[in-house]
Amino acid sequence: MIDFVNQTLRRFPVWGIYLLGGIYPTWLLYNGVTGGLGPDPVKALEHAMGERALQLMILGLAVTPLRRLLRVNLMKFRRAIGVVTFSYVVLHLLVWLVLDVQIVSQILADIAKRPYITIGMAAFILMLPLALTSNNWSVRRLGRRWKQIHLLAYPAVLLGGLHYVMLVKGFQIEPLIYLTVILALLCTRLSFAPKRAAV
Amino acid sequence: MARRWTNTLTPADVTPKATFMNRRQIMAGLGGMAGLAGMGALPGQAQAETLEPNSWEDVTTYCNYYEFGTGKGDPAKYAGSLTTSPWSVKIDGLVDRPGDYGFQQILGEMTLEERIYRFRCVEAWSMVVPWTGFELADLLALAGVQTGAKYVAFETLYRPSEMPGTAYQVLDWPYREGLRLDEAMHPLTMMATGIFGKDLPNQNGAPLRLVVPWKYGFKSIKSVVRITLTDEEPPTSWNMANAREYGFYSNVNPEVSHPRWSQASERRLGGGLFASRQDTLKFNGYEAEVAALYDGMDLSEHF
Repeated sequence: MIDFVNQTLRRFPVWGIYLLGGIYPTWLLYNGVTGGLGPDPVKALEHAMGERALQLMILGLAVTPLRRLLRVNLMKFRRAIGVVTFSYVVLHLLVWLVLDVQIVSQILADIAKRPYITIGMAAFILMLPLALTSNNWSVRRLGRRWKQIHLLAYPAVLLGGLHYVMLVKGFQIEPLIYLTVILALLCTRLSFAPKRAAV
Repeated sequence: MARRWTNTLTPADVTPKATFMNRRQIMAGLGGMAGLAGMGALPGQAQAETLEPNSWEDVTTYCNYYEFGTGKGDPAKYAGSLTTSPWSVKIDGLVDRPGDYGFQQILGEMTLEERIYRFRCVEAWSMVVPWTGFELADLLALAGVQTGAKYVAFETLYRPSEMPGTAYQVLDWPYREGLRLDEAMHPLTMMATGIFGKDLPNQNGAPLRLVVPWKYGFKSIKSVVRITLTDEEPPTSWNMANAREYGFYSNVNPEVSHPRWSQASERRLGGGLFASRQDTLKFNGYEAEVAALYDGMDLSEHF
Protein backbone atom coordinates (compact mmCIF):
# COMPACT_ATOMS: atom_id res chain seq x y z
CA MET A 1 0.00 0.00 0.00
CA ILE A 2 2.67 2.49 1.09
CA ASP A 3 4.81 1.30 -1.84
CA PHE A 4 1.97 2.02 -4.23
CA VAL A 5 1.51 5.52 -2.76
CA ASN A 6 5.22 6.22 -3.04
CA GLN A 7 5.35 4.94 -6.65
CA THR A 8 2.42 7.16 -7.61
CA LEU A 9 4.02 10.12 -5.87
CA ARG A 10 7.29 9.45 -7.68
CA ARG A 11 5.53 9.73 -11.02
CA PHE A 12 3.87 13.06 -10.12
CA PRO A 13 6.11 15.89 -11.34
CA VAL A 14 7.21 18.68 -8.98
CA TRP A 15 6.11 21.31 -11.47
CA GLY A 16 2.59 19.93 -10.97
CA ILE A 17 2.63 21.45 -7.46
CA TYR A 18 3.54 24.86 -8.84
CA LEU A 19 0.88 24.54 -11.54
CA LEU A 20 -1.88 23.60 -9.08
CA GLY A 21 -0.58 26.27 -6.70
CA GLY A 22 -0.92 28.87 -9.44
CA ILE A 23 -4.30 27.76 -10.80
CA TYR A 24 -6.10 28.06 -7.46
CA PRO A 25 -5.56 31.80 -6.75
CA THR A 26 -6.16 32.61 -10.42
CA TRP A 27 -9.49 30.81 -10.23
CA LEU A 28 -10.35 32.61 -6.98
CA LEU A 29 -9.47 36.01 -8.43
CA TYR A 30 -11.57 35.30 -11.53
CA ASN A 31 -14.50 34.39 -9.28
CA GLY A 32 -13.92 37.46 -7.17
CA VAL A 33 -14.08 39.74 -10.19
CA THR A 34 -17.12 38.02 -11.70
CA GLY A 35 -19.13 37.94 -8.47
CA GLY A 36 -18.63 34.26 -7.64
CA LEU A 37 -17.27 34.90 -4.15
CA GLY A 38 -20.46 36.29 -2.62
CA PRO A 39 -21.27 39.68 -1.13
CA ASP A 40 -17.79 40.24 0.33
CA PRO A 41 -15.23 39.03 -2.22
CA VAL A 42 -12.40 40.85 -0.43
CA LYS A 43 -12.77 38.87 2.79
CA ALA A 44 -13.48 35.67 0.87
CA LEU A 45 -10.19 36.04 -1.01
CA GLU A 46 -8.26 37.14 2.06
CA HIS A 47 -9.53 34.25 4.18
CA ALA A 48 -9.12 31.65 1.43
CA MET A 49 -5.47 32.57 0.85
CA GLY A 50 -4.72 32.67 4.57
CA GLU A 51 -6.39 29.38 5.30
CA ARG A 52 -4.77 27.59 2.33
CA ALA A 53 -1.39 28.96 3.39
CA LEU A 54 -1.92 27.53 6.87
CA GLN A 55 -2.97 24.17 5.43
CA LEU A 56 0.07 24.08 3.15
CA MET A 57 2.34 24.98 6.08
CA ILE A 58 0.90 22.03 7.95
CA LEU A 59 1.46 19.79 4.92
CA GLY A 60 5.07 20.99 4.70
CA LEU A 61 5.49 20.31 8.39
CA ALA A 62 4.03 16.82 7.93
CA VAL A 63 6.55 15.74 5.28
CA THR A 64 9.20 14.54 7.73
CA PRO A 65 6.86 12.76 10.18
CA LEU A 66 5.05 11.10 7.26
CA ARG A 67 8.35 9.74 6.01
CA ARG A 68 9.59 8.61 9.39
CA LEU A 69 6.38 7.23 10.80
CA LEU A 70 4.49 5.99 7.72
CA ARG A 71 7.32 5.76 5.17
CA VAL A 72 5.34 7.98 2.80
CA ASN A 73 7.87 9.99 0.85
CA LEU A 74 6.89 13.55 -0.08
CA MET A 75 10.47 14.82 0.20
CA LYS A 76 10.85 15.83 -3.43
CA PHE A 77 7.78 18.12 -3.14
CA ARG A 78 8.81 19.81 0.06
CA ARG A 79 10.47 22.84 -1.45
CA ALA A 80 7.60 23.35 -3.89
CA ILE A 81 5.11 23.14 -1.01
CA GLY A 82 7.16 25.73 0.87
CA VAL A 83 7.39 28.10 -2.07
CA VAL A 84 3.65 27.85 -2.82
CA THR A 85 2.92 28.40 0.89
CA PHE A 86 4.99 31.56 0.90
CA SER A 87 3.35 32.88 -2.26
CA TYR A 88 -0.08 32.31 -0.69
CA VAL A 89 1.04 34.20 2.41
CA VAL A 90 2.18 37.05 0.12
CA LEU A 91 -1.19 37.02 -1.66
CA HIS A 92 -3.02 36.96 1.67
CA LEU A 93 -0.97 39.98 2.77
CA LEU A 94 -1.49 41.78 -0.55
CA VAL A 95 -5.26 41.32 -0.44
CA TRP A 96 -5.25 42.70 3.10
CA LEU A 97 -3.04 45.67 2.17
CA VAL A 98 -4.48 46.64 -1.19
CA LEU A 99 -8.10 45.49 -1.25
CA ASP A 100 -9.06 45.39 2.43
CA VAL A 101 -7.39 48.08 4.55
CA GLN A 102 -6.15 50.23 1.63
CA ILE A 103 -5.14 53.21 3.76
CA VAL A 104 -1.40 53.31 4.59
CA SER A 105 -1.76 55.01 7.98
CA GLN A 106 -4.41 52.50 8.99
CA ILE A 107 -2.22 49.60 7.82
CA LEU A 108 0.67 50.79 9.99
CA ALA A 109 -1.63 51.37 12.96
CA ASP A 110 -3.10 47.89 12.54
CA ILE A 111 0.33 46.25 12.46
CA ALA A 112 1.45 48.11 15.57
CA LYS A 113 -1.75 48.04 17.62
CA ARG A 114 -3.53 44.80 16.86
CA PRO A 115 -1.70 41.77 18.26
CA TYR A 116 -3.12 39.25 15.78
CA ILE A 117 -1.89 41.40 12.90
CA THR A 118 1.51 41.99 14.56
CA ILE A 119 1.87 38.23 14.92
CA GLY A 120 0.81 37.60 11.34
CA MET A 121 3.40 40.10 10.12
CA ALA A 122 6.07 38.47 12.29
CA ALA A 123 5.28 35.11 10.72
CA PHE A 124 5.60 36.66 7.26
CA ILE A 125 8.97 38.21 8.11
CA LEU A 126 10.25 34.89 9.47
CA MET A 127 9.32 33.28 6.16
CA LEU A 128 11.22 35.81 4.05
CA PRO A 129 14.70 34.25 4.48
CA LEU A 130 13.17 30.83 3.79
CA ALA A 131 11.69 31.98 0.51
CA LEU A 132 14.85 33.80 -0.54
CA THR A 133 17.00 30.71 0.04
CA SER A 134 14.66 28.22 -1.64
CA ASN A 135 16.93 27.67 -4.63
CA ASN A 136 19.76 25.25 -5.43
CA TRP A 137 22.39 27.94 -5.42
CA SER A 138 21.51 28.95 -1.84
CA VAL A 139 21.45 25.35 -0.67
CA ARG A 140 24.98 24.79 -2.06
CA ARG A 141 26.26 28.12 -0.94
CA LEU A 142 24.93 27.99 2.63
CA GLY A 143 25.68 24.35 3.34
CA ARG A 144 24.91 23.47 6.94
CA ARG A 145 23.64 26.98 7.68
CA TRP A 146 20.83 26.46 5.16
CA LYS A 147 19.31 23.82 7.46
CA GLN A 148 19.62 26.14 10.43
CA ILE A 149 17.95 29.02 8.58
CA HIS A 150 15.10 26.77 7.58
CA LEU A 151 14.36 25.92 11.20
CA LEU A 152 12.60 29.32 11.10
CA ALA A 153 9.70 27.42 9.54
CA TYR A 154 8.83 26.15 13.03
CA PRO A 155 8.25 29.52 14.73
CA ALA A 156 6.64 30.83 11.52
CA VAL A 157 3.98 28.14 11.40
CA LEU A 158 3.36 28.47 15.13
CA LEU A 159 2.78 32.21 14.74
CA GLY A 160 0.55 31.50 11.73
CA GLY A 161 -1.59 29.21 13.86
CA LEU A 162 -1.76 31.76 16.68
CA HIS A 163 -2.72 34.49 14.20
CA TYR A 164 -5.79 32.45 13.27
CA VAL A 165 -6.74 31.63 16.87
CA MET A 166 -6.51 35.30 17.86
CA LEU A 167 -8.44 36.78 14.97
CA VAL A 168 -11.71 34.92 15.46
CA LYS A 169 -14.47 36.30 17.67
CA GLY A 170 -15.93 34.32 20.55
CA PHE A 171 -14.86 30.76 21.33
CA GLN A 172 -14.35 28.94 18.02
CA ILE A 173 -13.13 25.39 17.51
CA GLU A 174 -11.63 25.41 14.01
CA PRO A 175 -8.57 27.60 14.65
CA LEU A 176 -7.86 25.60 17.81
CA ILE A 177 -7.84 22.41 15.75
CA TYR A 178 -5.25 23.98 13.42
CA LEU A 179 -3.11 25.05 16.35
CA THR A 180 -3.34 21.58 17.94
CA VAL A 181 -2.24 19.91 14.70
CA ILE A 182 0.65 22.37 14.39
CA LEU A 183 1.74 21.75 17.98
CA ALA A 184 1.51 17.98 17.49
CA LEU A 185 3.65 18.16 14.35
CA LEU A 186 6.19 20.36 16.13
CA CYS A 187 6.30 17.85 19.00
CA THR A 188 7.29 15.09 16.61
CA ARG A 189 10.48 17.10 16.04
CA LEU A 190 11.37 16.73 19.68
CA SER A 191 11.31 12.96 19.42
CA PHE A 192 13.31 12.92 16.16
CA ALA A 193 16.08 15.10 17.46
CA PRO A 194 17.90 12.54 19.64
CA LYS A 195 17.62 9.94 16.89
CA ARG A 196 19.34 12.28 14.46
CA ALA A 197 22.04 13.02 17.03
CA ALA A 198 22.77 9.31 17.42
CA VAL A 199 23.42 8.79 13.70
CA MET B 1 -59.63 43.32 13.75
CA ALA B 2 -62.77 45.24 12.79
CA ARG B 3 -60.79 48.34 11.95
CA ARG B 4 -58.43 46.59 9.52
CA TRP B 5 -57.79 48.58 6.42
CA THR B 6 -59.09 47.08 3.17
CA ASN B 7 -57.47 47.60 -0.14
CA THR B 8 -59.40 49.50 -2.79
CA LEU B 9 -56.46 50.25 -5.03
CA THR B 10 -55.71 48.49 -8.30
CA PRO B 11 -52.34 47.71 -9.91
CA ALA B 12 -52.75 50.92 -11.94
CA ASP B 13 -52.33 52.89 -8.72
CA VAL B 14 -48.97 51.36 -7.91
CA THR B 15 -46.24 53.93 -7.69
CA PRO B 16 -43.64 53.48 -10.42
CA LYS B 17 -40.68 51.72 -8.85
CA ALA B 18 -38.20 54.48 -9.63
CA THR B 19 -40.34 57.08 -7.87
CA PHE B 20 -40.94 54.73 -5.00
CA MET B 21 -37.23 54.02 -4.54
CA ASN B 22 -36.42 57.70 -4.75
CA ARG B 23 -39.01 58.55 -2.13
CA ARG B 24 -37.75 55.87 0.19
CA GLN B 25 -34.22 57.12 -0.20
CA ILE B 26 -35.17 60.64 0.62
CA MET B 27 -37.11 59.53 3.68
CA ALA B 28 -34.18 57.47 4.85
CA GLY B 29 -31.82 60.27 4.10
CA LEU B 30 -33.81 62.63 6.29
CA GLY B 31 -31.69 61.76 9.28
CA GLY B 32 -28.43 62.68 7.65
CA MET B 33 -30.08 65.58 5.83
CA ALA B 34 -31.32 67.14 9.02
CA GLY B 35 -27.80 67.18 10.34
CA LEU B 36 -26.32 68.45 7.13
CA ALA B 37 -29.02 71.07 6.68
CA GLY B 38 -28.12 72.35 10.12
CA MET B 39 -24.60 72.94 8.91
CA GLY B 40 -25.85 74.35 5.64
CA ALA B 41 -23.93 71.71 3.73
CA LEU B 42 -24.75 69.14 1.03
CA PRO B 43 -28.07 69.13 -0.77
CA GLY B 44 -30.39 66.32 0.25
CA GLN B 45 -30.12 64.51 -3.05
CA ALA B 46 -26.44 63.72 -2.55
CA GLN B 47 -27.20 62.27 0.85
CA ALA B 48 -30.02 60.19 -0.57
CA GLU B 49 -27.79 58.75 -3.26
CA THR B 50 -25.46 57.22 -0.72
CA LEU B 51 -28.37 55.25 0.66
CA GLU B 52 -28.98 52.99 -2.30
CA PRO B 53 -29.93 49.69 -0.62
CA ASN B 54 -27.75 46.64 -1.03
CA SER B 55 -29.07 43.74 -3.06
CA TRP B 56 -31.40 41.13 -1.62
CA GLU B 57 -28.57 38.64 -2.04
CA ASP B 58 -26.09 40.76 -0.05
CA VAL B 59 -28.51 41.21 2.81
CA THR B 60 -29.73 37.61 2.97
CA THR B 61 -26.53 35.65 2.35
CA TYR B 62 -24.04 37.66 4.40
CA CYS B 63 -25.15 37.42 8.01
CA ASN B 64 -23.77 37.08 11.48
CA TYR B 65 -26.15 34.80 13.34
CA TYR B 66 -23.87 32.53 15.33
CA GLU B 67 -26.71 30.25 16.46
CA PHE B 68 -26.50 28.88 12.91
CA GLY B 69 -22.71 28.93 12.55
CA THR B 70 -19.91 31.45 12.52
CA GLY B 71 -19.49 31.63 8.73
CA LYS B 72 -21.23 34.54 7.02
CA GLY B 73 -23.03 32.07 4.74
CA ASP B 74 -24.01 29.63 7.50
CA PRO B 75 -27.23 31.36 8.58
CA ALA B 76 -28.57 31.36 5.01
CA LYS B 77 -27.65 27.67 4.75
CA TYR B 78 -28.97 26.42 8.09
CA ALA B 79 -31.65 28.81 9.33
CA GLY B 80 -34.27 27.33 7.02
CA SER B 81 -35.07 24.77 9.72
CA LEU B 82 -36.12 27.41 12.22
CA THR B 83 -39.79 27.32 13.20
CA THR B 84 -41.04 30.90 13.44
CA SER B 85 -44.74 30.21 13.69
CA PRO B 86 -46.23 30.15 16.24
CA TRP B 87 -44.09 32.83 17.87
CA SER B 88 -44.54 34.91 20.95
CA VAL B 89 -42.53 37.50 22.81
CA LYS B 90 -42.52 37.44 26.57
CA ILE B 91 -42.57 41.01 27.83
CA ASP B 92 -41.85 41.15 31.53
CA GLY B 93 -40.10 43.05 34.29
CA LEU B 94 -41.17 46.59 35.08
CA VAL B 95 -44.25 46.71 32.87
CA ASP B 96 -47.94 47.15 33.63
CA ARG B 97 -49.11 44.33 31.39
CA PRO B 98 -46.51 41.55 31.47
CA GLY B 99 -47.18 38.42 29.45
CA ASP B 100 -46.67 36.47 26.26
CA TYR B 101 -47.51 38.58 23.26
CA GLY B 102 -48.25 36.53 20.15
CA PHE B 103 -46.51 37.69 16.99
CA GLN B 104 -49.80 38.01 15.10
CA GLN B 105 -51.30 39.87 18.04
CA ILE B 106 -48.39 42.33 17.96
CA LEU B 107 -48.70 42.78 14.19
CA GLY B 108 -52.39 43.52 14.66
CA GLU B 109 -51.60 46.39 17.01
CA MET B 110 -48.68 47.94 15.14
CA THR B 111 -48.53 50.06 12.03
CA LEU B 112 -45.80 48.81 9.72
CA GLU B 113 -43.62 51.24 7.86
CA GLU B 114 -40.57 50.99 5.68
CA ARG B 115 -37.25 52.59 6.56
CA ILE B 116 -33.90 52.46 4.85
CA TYR B 117 -31.07 52.47 7.35
CA ARG B 118 -27.34 52.17 7.18
CA PHE B 119 -26.19 48.98 8.88
CA ARG B 120 -22.64 49.05 10.24
CA CYS B 121 -21.02 45.90 11.62
CA VAL B 122 -18.33 46.13 14.30
CA GLU B 123 -16.18 44.13 11.83
CA ALA B 124 -15.94 47.32 9.74
CA TRP B 125 -18.23 46.34 6.87
CA SER B 126 -21.55 47.96 6.16
CA MET B 127 -24.70 47.68 4.11
CA VAL B 128 -27.86 49.65 3.48
CA VAL B 129 -31.02 47.74 4.33
CA PRO B 130 -34.67 48.56 3.59
CA TRP B 131 -36.47 47.38 6.70
CA THR B 132 -40.16 46.98 7.37
CA GLY B 133 -41.28 47.27 10.96
CA PHE B 134 -42.53 49.48 13.74
CA GLU B 135 -41.01 51.61 16.46
CA LEU B 136 -39.96 49.72 19.55
CA ALA B 137 -41.55 52.50 21.62
CA ASP B 138 -44.97 51.46 20.29
CA LEU B 139 -44.44 47.86 21.37
CA LEU B 140 -43.24 48.97 24.81
CA ALA B 141 -46.30 51.19 25.13
CA LEU B 142 -48.42 48.11 24.51
CA ALA B 143 -46.96 46.54 27.65
CA GLY B 144 -46.89 49.79 29.60
CA VAL B 145 -43.46 50.79 30.87
CA GLN B 146 -43.37 51.51 34.59
CA THR B 147 -41.65 54.59 35.96
CA GLY B 148 -38.81 52.69 37.64
CA ALA B 149 -37.62 51.11 34.36
CA LYS B 150 -34.24 52.34 33.12
CA TYR B 151 -33.10 49.61 30.73
CA VAL B 152 -34.54 47.14 28.25
CA ALA B 153 -33.08 43.63 27.97
CA PHE B 154 -33.62 41.41 24.93
CA GLU B 155 -33.17 37.70 24.37
CA THR B 156 -32.89 35.67 21.18
CA LEU B 157 -34.56 32.30 20.84
CA TYR B 158 -32.35 29.44 22.07
CA ARG B 159 -33.52 26.20 20.47
CA PRO B 160 -30.58 23.82 20.00
CA SER B 161 -32.64 21.32 17.97
CA GLU B 162 -33.02 23.91 15.21
CA MET B 163 -29.84 25.88 15.76
CA PRO B 164 -26.77 23.83 14.86
CA GLY B 165 -24.36 26.59 15.84
CA THR B 166 -25.40 26.39 19.48
CA ALA B 167 -23.66 23.00 19.72
CA TYR B 168 -20.54 25.09 20.30
CA GLN B 169 -20.13 27.55 23.14
CA VAL B 170 -19.06 30.35 20.82
CA LEU B 171 -21.09 32.63 23.09
CA ASP B 172 -22.98 32.01 26.30
CA TRP B 173 -26.41 31.23 24.83
CA PRO B 174 -29.06 32.54 24.65
CA TYR B 175 -27.88 35.67 22.88
CA ARG B 176 -28.64 38.74 24.96
CA GLU B 177 -28.67 42.43 24.23
CA GLY B 178 -29.78 45.58 25.96
CA LEU B 179 -30.51 49.26 25.57
CA ARG B 180 -30.95 52.14 27.91
CA LEU B 181 -34.64 53.05 28.08
CA ASP B 182 -34.15 56.38 26.26
CA GLU B 183 -32.31 54.57 23.47
CA ALA B 184 -35.09 52.01 23.26
CA MET B 185 -37.75 54.75 23.12
CA HIS B 186 -35.90 56.71 20.42
CA PRO B 187 -37.96 56.99 17.22
CA LEU B 188 -35.09 55.56 15.13
CA THR B 189 -35.14 52.33 17.16
CA MET B 190 -37.37 49.82 15.48
CA MET B 191 -38.49 46.22 15.58
CA ALA B 192 -38.20 44.88 12.05
CA THR B 193 -40.46 42.20 10.65
CA GLY B 194 -39.35 42.42 7.04
CA ILE B 195 -36.80 43.53 4.47
CA PHE B 196 -37.41 44.69 0.91
CA GLY B 197 -41.13 44.63 1.64
CA LYS B 198 -41.09 40.88 2.32
CA ASP B 199 -41.19 38.93 5.59
CA LEU B 200 -37.81 38.64 7.30
CA PRO B 201 -35.93 35.59 6.10
CA ASN B 202 -34.95 33.35 9.01
CA GLN B 203 -31.26 34.16 8.64
CA ASN B 204 -32.02 37.85 9.14
CA GLY B 205 -33.76 37.25 12.45
CA ALA B 206 -37.32 36.16 11.68
CA PRO B 207 -39.95 36.81 12.69
CA LEU B 208 -38.97 39.99 14.47
CA ARG B 209 -35.72 41.64 15.44
CA LEU B 210 -34.37 44.84 16.83
CA VAL B 211 -32.77 47.46 14.57
CA VAL B 212 -30.73 50.24 16.18
CA PRO B 213 -29.08 51.96 13.23
CA TRP B 214 -26.57 54.09 15.15
CA LYS B 215 -25.05 51.12 16.97
CA TYR B 216 -22.86 48.28 15.73
CA GLY B 217 -24.89 45.50 14.17
CA PHE B 218 -24.56 43.02 17.02
CA LYS B 219 -26.76 45.27 19.16
CA SER B 220 -29.62 44.68 16.71
CA ILE B 221 -30.60 41.35 18.25
CA LYS B 222 -32.40 38.81 16.07
CA SER B 223 -35.43 36.53 16.56
CA VAL B 224 -36.46 38.15 19.82
CA VAL B 225 -38.42 35.99 22.31
CA ARG B 226 -38.13 38.08 25.43
CA ILE B 227 -38.09 41.76 26.33
CA THR B 228 -37.51 42.67 29.96
CA LEU B 229 -37.72 46.15 31.46
CA THR B 230 -35.26 46.52 34.31
CA ASP B 231 -33.78 49.15 36.56
CA GLU B 232 -30.20 48.05 36.04
CA GLU B 233 -27.94 47.60 33.05
CA PRO B 234 -28.57 44.09 31.71
CA PRO B 235 -25.72 41.73 30.76
CA THR B 236 -25.11 41.54 26.99
CA SER B 237 -23.57 38.60 25.13
CA TRP B 238 -20.52 40.12 23.47
CA ASN B 239 -19.72 42.15 26.55
CA MET B 240 -19.90 38.95 28.61
CA ALA B 241 -17.59 37.21 26.14
CA ASN B 242 -15.03 40.01 25.99
CA ALA B 243 -15.67 43.14 28.01
CA ARG B 244 -12.45 44.79 26.83
CA GLU B 245 -13.61 44.69 23.22
CA TYR B 246 -17.38 45.12 23.37
CA GLY B 247 -19.00 47.73 25.55
CA PHE B 248 -22.66 48.02 26.51
CA TYR B 249 -23.24 51.08 24.33
CA SER B 250 -21.36 50.05 21.18
CA ASN B 251 -22.32 53.19 19.32
CA VAL B 252 -20.78 53.47 15.86
CA ASN B 253 -17.88 55.82 16.48
CA PRO B 254 -14.94 56.36 14.12
CA GLU B 255 -13.03 58.07 16.92
CA VAL B 256 -13.06 55.09 19.25
CA SER B 257 -10.86 52.30 17.95
CA HIS B 258 -11.70 48.67 18.62
CA PRO B 259 -8.84 46.36 19.68
CA ARG B 260 -9.41 44.29 16.53
CA TRP B 261 -10.51 46.78 13.95
CA SER B 262 -9.95 50.44 13.36
CA GLN B 263 -13.43 51.93 13.23
CA ALA B 264 -12.35 55.02 11.29
CA SER B 265 -13.48 53.60 7.97
CA GLU B 266 -15.59 50.80 6.59
CA ARG B 267 -16.07 48.63 3.54
CA ARG B 268 -19.53 49.16 2.06
CA LEU B 269 -20.45 45.75 0.68
CA GLY B 270 -21.86 45.44 -2.79
CA GLY B 271 -19.07 47.35 -4.51
CA GLY B 272 -17.14 44.28 -5.59
CA LEU B 273 -13.50 43.35 -5.19
CA PHE B 274 -12.01 46.77 -5.90
CA ALA B 275 -14.36 49.06 -3.97
CA SER B 276 -12.75 51.82 -1.91
CA ARG B 277 -13.21 52.07 1.81
CA GLN B 278 -15.31 54.94 3.02
CA ASP B 279 -15.14 57.03 6.15
CA THR B 280 -17.34 55.86 8.99
CA LEU B 281 -19.81 58.45 10.18
CA LYS B 282 -20.26 59.17 13.86
CA PHE B 283 -23.35 57.39 15.16
CA ASN B 284 -23.42 55.82 11.69
CA GLY B 285 -24.72 59.06 10.18
CA TYR B 286 -27.48 59.57 12.76
CA GLU B 287 -25.57 62.01 14.92
CA ALA B 288 -28.13 64.79 14.62
CA GLU B 289 -30.85 62.50 15.96
CA VAL B 290 -29.09 60.62 18.72
CA ALA B 291 -26.03 62.56 19.92
CA ALA B 292 -28.14 64.27 22.59
CA LEU B 293 -28.74 60.90 24.25
CA TYR B 294 -25.09 60.88 25.24
CA ASP B 295 -24.58 64.49 26.31
CA GLY B 296 -21.93 64.70 28.99
CA MET B 297 -20.79 61.09 28.55
CA ASP B 298 -17.22 60.17 27.70
CA LEU B 299 -17.84 57.94 24.69
CA SER B 300 -14.37 56.45 24.73
CA GLU B 301 -14.99 55.26 28.26
CA HIS B 302 -18.60 54.20 27.63
CA PHE B 303 -17.78 52.58 24.30
